[in-house]
Amino acid sequence: MPRKNPTTGPDGLTRRGFLTSMGTGAIGVAASADLFAAGKEAVDPQVMPAGRTSKVVLRINGETHVVLAEPRWTLLYVLREVIGLTGAKPGCERGECGACTVLIDGVARYACLTLAAEAQGSEVTTLEGLMDGETLGPVQTAFAEADAFQCGYCTPGQIMAVEGLLRTNPNPSAEEIRRGASGNLCRCGAYKHIFEAAHRAAELKRGK
Amino acid sequence: MADESKDIYFVQGIPVPDTPLPGKEPEAWQETNVVGKRLPRVDAYERVSGSAVYPSDVHLPNMLHGAILRCPHPHARVRNVDTSAASRMPGVRAVIRGTTPEADLVWKKDAAGEMRLFDPHCRFEGEEVAAVAAETPYQARDAINAIRVDYEVLPFVADERRALQAGSPPVHSKGNLSKSDTYERGDVTRGFAAAEVVLEESYRTECELHTPLEPHGCVASWEGRSLTVWESTQGVYAVQSRVAEVLKLPLARVRVIGHYMGGGFGSKLEAGKYTVIAALLARQSARPVKLLLTREETYLAVGNRPPCNMTLKAGVKRDGTLTALEFTCLATGGASPAGGTSLVDWLIRDLYTCPNVRTTLTDVFTNAGPARAFRAPGHPQGAWALEQMMDALAEAVGMDPVRLRLKNMAAFSQAREGNPAYTSTGFRKCLEQGAAAFGWEKARRETGAQAARGHMRRGVGMAGCLWVAGGGRPPSTVIVKLFSDGSVNLNMGASDLGTGTKTVMAMVVAEELGIKPEAIQIENADTGTTQYATPSGGSKTVPTEAPAVRNAAVQVKQKLMEMAAAALKTDVSELAYQGREIVSRRDASKRIAVKDLDALKRQGVVVGVGYRGPNPKNKVVNPFGAQFCEVEVNTKTGELKILRFVAAHDSGRVMNRLTYDNQVFGGITMGIGLAMTEARILDAGQTGKMVNRNWHDYKLPTALDVPADITSLPIGPADAEANNTGAKGLGEPVTIPTAAAVANAVCHATGLRITQTPINPLQLVQRLAERRKEG
Repeated sequence: MPRKNPTTGPDGLTRRGFLTSMGTGAIGVAASADLFAAGKEAVDPQVMPAGRTSKVVLRINGETHVVLAEPRWTLLYVLREVIGLTGAKPGCERGECGACTVLIDGVARYACLTLAAEAQGSEVTTLEGLMDGETLGPVQTAFAEADAFQCGYCTPGQIMAVEGLLRTNPNPSAEEIRRGASGNLCRCGAYKHIFEAAHRAAELKRGK
Repeated sequence: MADESKDIYFVQGIPVPDTPLPGKEPEAWQETNVVGKRLPRVDAYERVSGSAVYPSDVHLPNMLHGAILRCPHPHARVRNVDTSAASRMPGVRAVIRGTTPEADLVWKKDAAGEMRLFDPHCRFEGEEVAAVAAETPYQARDAINAIRVDYEVLPFVADERRALQAGSPPVHSKGNLSKSDTYERGDVTRGFAAAEVVLEESYRTECELHTPLEPHGCVASWEGRSLTVWESTQGVYAVQSRVAEVLKLPLARVRVIGHYMGGGFGSKLEAGKYTVIAALLARQSARPVKLLLTREETYLAVGNRPPCNMTLKAGVKRDGTLTALEFTCLATGGASPAGGTSLVDWLIRDLYTCPNVRTTLTDVFTNAGPARAFRAPGHPQGAWALEQMMDALAEAVGMDPVRLRLKNMAAFSQAREGNPAYTSTGFRKCLEQGAAAFGWEKARRETGAQAARGHMRRGVGMAGCLWVAGGGRPPSTVIVKLFSDGSVNLNMGASDLGTGTKTVMAMVVAEELGIKPEAIQIENADTGTTQYATPSGGSKTVPTEAPAVRNAAVQVKQKLMEMAAAALKTDVSELAYQGREIVSRRDASKRIAVKDLDALKRQGVVVGVGYRGPNPKNKVVNPFGAQFCEVEVNTKTGELKILRFVAAHDSGRVMNRLTYDNQVFGGITMGIGLAMTEARILDAGQTGKMVNRNWHDYKLPTALDVPADITSLPIGPADAEANNTGAKGLGEPVTIPTAAAVANAVCHATGLRITQTPINPLQLVQRLAERRKEG
């Protein structure tokens, strides 16, 4: 059987070509953020040596963190293993489960699909950032009271998804809550209590 | 079934010590102040604040990150592993493979033979070939990618239906038959001859994967010759015994800690190779090593619910009396003897009265990941067949499905030797009260294919169940310490999987000692500091541990009463324990606060030790349940929407109504996954590889797939004979009937009997189109 040529898409890009340009794009972001440490050896801009770190400045829960990070390190990895904020959890590290959900400029995002370098210049809020000292925030309180979890591993992400929902929609309908929670998997199946917690959290945030 | 107490899956292959007899146990509670109420979890703050430390969160100084290279072929022999490039890569601190002397270990011996830690004969895609530890997980992954392996790729069999066919490649040298079991009572030939209606049908449930949100794995750290492991596990003692055995270490030098864990569903009952690998990497590098599997690895290598191919032939009289059941199941536990057919026939044997039953189970080897116990092993598959058949029989004899089930209630366990009675069976009540709460008869009349107009069809369905275990049993030892300020420490070995174990145990102590549950600090799941416990599973954790906790608390109370009797110069029998105070029944002025007891102040602490007593002799403790649901089918698109569920479960006493309901909702959600969304797909024809090894392609139920309208209806009363708390297991029965109930509702809505999971739009559209063609 003869080999087929790579399929060409409607925009004229082959799949392979598309991936290459994606890769270059990611390097482009890194380069524009001035991530390359000054070194003697000439660096091929297409190939980043592993282990090469550079300065990344992150705003997390209102505080500034300056860390050395490889360009390929995700925000999730830097949060957990470099800075030590372990609220956001790794579940799949490919944008499927939502256990790593954080707010980036107030919007719920998967920290596993966000490079640390990409988060520069944004306000990142993690589960820890919802606390008022040692006091739980309203969404956390609602989750605890409604028993909106079982093993609790997806819970930080669920809470951040609801927090993100309520920041844009303070009074969501039942259907809007279901949609808002649908990017976060709960294998224990505590969804019904999560819906109740989201409803209660909206009330708590409105001061009821 | 042989001796159930030794053979049940959650203690298979691990040493289980005896527990001393507890002596006289307290009487059943009449009224309770704490137990049974809706109490948020005692560790809710930790879990919602991010301060709970899961094994994934453990971060030790100088910690490295491990990664495992796995065989990409379903069947291959490893000729050579070249790690030279990998070991020179930046950040790499340890590399091990099968020929590394300290990693050249026997992992286990079973009926199929001996398996090495890095076995050169890889029998499934995902078998461990080599491992590295590096400064970052990225560098570890880079090094894994740089390892060159020379594989001799072998022919494979990935479809269990072909495993026994002539010419199928053998997974093990002795062939592909792992195990065959038969069970027989009465005479099915005579039973079918006595029947007025006989139906026969084939059923299939697809392979499901556990995929708990926290991946399997651990952090391993050596201090001198002692190993400490923080492991995401259901049973710290099960991990300890296997790790010590494989590494040839004394038990006392292996400490396993599992305070928090992110879900298991059976897949974390046993130890995995990853823990031994992490320990070896840590030893070679002299650094702690964190080794959490990737999501893809959890799909390939840490268990599944086996795919089951079943046939069921059933005979019934016109009045609904079952006369015979004949059942076969062909299934696979994958490449190991892993219980591919374990308990699949139990409901056929034991749920309904039937004098003539024959079951034949055939467990075969395939080149696929080994099975592990998955929430109610075998039961949802058996229910899928039996409970759909019961509906078909009901239709054939013109009976309501609930009435047909009521007609065949079992008064005792028919499948066990000697036909022992149940300590309690609420099955009848589950069916009757569940149907009433659901509005079954009205809903049945008003929905359904006949009454429907247009392309949106509604239907209702139901299914019943029991769960083979769920009674709990020894061993369990629990220590309760009351300090001089009245605060309490509860020490037990059991893990809390997220079912709320810790909260229930705190409630039991609070009930007995009259203190607030939040005053109780719980230390659990640590082989270094807590008592032996079997892994949490089998829906036996509450009925196993709670009676021991109660015995320990009662012993503390008794000691306090004796102190008070001495202080008040009276007899213990005269005193009443009122929580804060101990008061004379005869003279209310004679009273003393617990904290004012001089003896307690001098001692500093009062210690109570509780043991789990034996179960009643010649009786069986099983939970029962029935679930009812309403669905809507779009007959143009094949979309299926579940509108509501009512779940009536007899699990004895409700210990915490809030976490009880949560278990019910969770069980239904998982059952919806089996019914509608979940199926492992192997490329059985060409590569043998799993093609949907992630949550995009293998779909779990999301918030959009479950109804908000689920009613949990606990069916009492407490089981006074089962144990001193009256509780039976809950976590597993709640997922057993769900998928079958959905299938029955779909049949009611559309007239189509869907016998294969998952009932997704793809299948429904095809079946609806076929029916239109047939006209």
